Amino acid sequence: MPSKPAGTLYRGKVGMWSWVLHRITGVAIFFFLLVHVLDTALVRVSPEAYNSVIATYKTPIIGLGELGLVASILFHALNGVRVILIDFWPKGAKFQNVMFWVVIAVAVILFAGFAPRHLMHVFGGAK
Amino acid sequence: MSITIETPRSPRSRKSAKLEKYGWLYMRASGALLLVLIFGHLIANLFVGEGIRAIDFGFVGGKWATPFWRIWDGIMLWLALIHGTNGMRTLVNDYAERPWVRKSLVVTLWAVCGVLILLGTLVITTFDPCPANSLPELLPSFCTNK
Repeated sequence: MPSKPAGTLYRGKVGMWSWVLHRITGVAIFFFLLVHVLDTALVRVSPEAYNSVIATYKTPIIGLGELGLVASILFHALNGVRVILIDFWPKGAKFQNVMFWVVIAVAVILFAGFAPRHLMHVFGGAK
Repeated sequence: MSITIETPRSPRSRKSAKLEKYGWLYMRASGALLLVLIFGHLIANLFVGEGIRAIDFGFVGGKWATPFWRIWDGIMLWLALIHGTNGMRTLVNDYAERPWVRKSLVVTLWAVCGVLILLGTLVITTFDPCPANSLPELLPSFCTNK
């Protein structure tokens, strides 16, 4: 009787989930990039047009969305470094699992440094 | 019971294999540069000073008054759009099964990429921080028509 395939380097483990997360965050960042080029292009239309659209970036809902964007960028960038190390560093594949957790730890630390500050900017409070 | 093995499919042509290799290399090289460029962009725009609250036309005008941030943003624009489009192409190749769907999605992706690179480059190179007939209070502090 065929048994369920055991976990491999990728299937069902850190290798697979980092790959899934890298794809999801990549798609999210891509669609934001499309919007962001268009909204920035409004500086060429008029100061009023740019200011009115950029004002939506300061609203609570979009402000929270920016937290998601920054979290996505942090993970995608740092996991990208992990991918580069797996490809080019001879010991990269051996340490891919540890490197994933380093990626998560550094992303969480950087996010913790950014999030309270950004929330204060969005919801008022300190300068 | 005999096992039939499918006839091996024709390999990629030399030329397209080479192109894929350069694409693979580009993702890593541009990714490393984008890490620096985007982290710098986020620090300058969302972290220092008043962050998102300070961003308006005057803020952009102040940044793009000197070539430094124009070049920074221009390189970021090109690298990020090509990186993102090539990444989306990888997903399309993985998940779009019908050849014509795959082909049209890939063509659409590169068309959008080309239009946005052109638009963004034009905006950065032709930007005027002190456009005539604007409300003075919306302009950067160094404008003489303020």
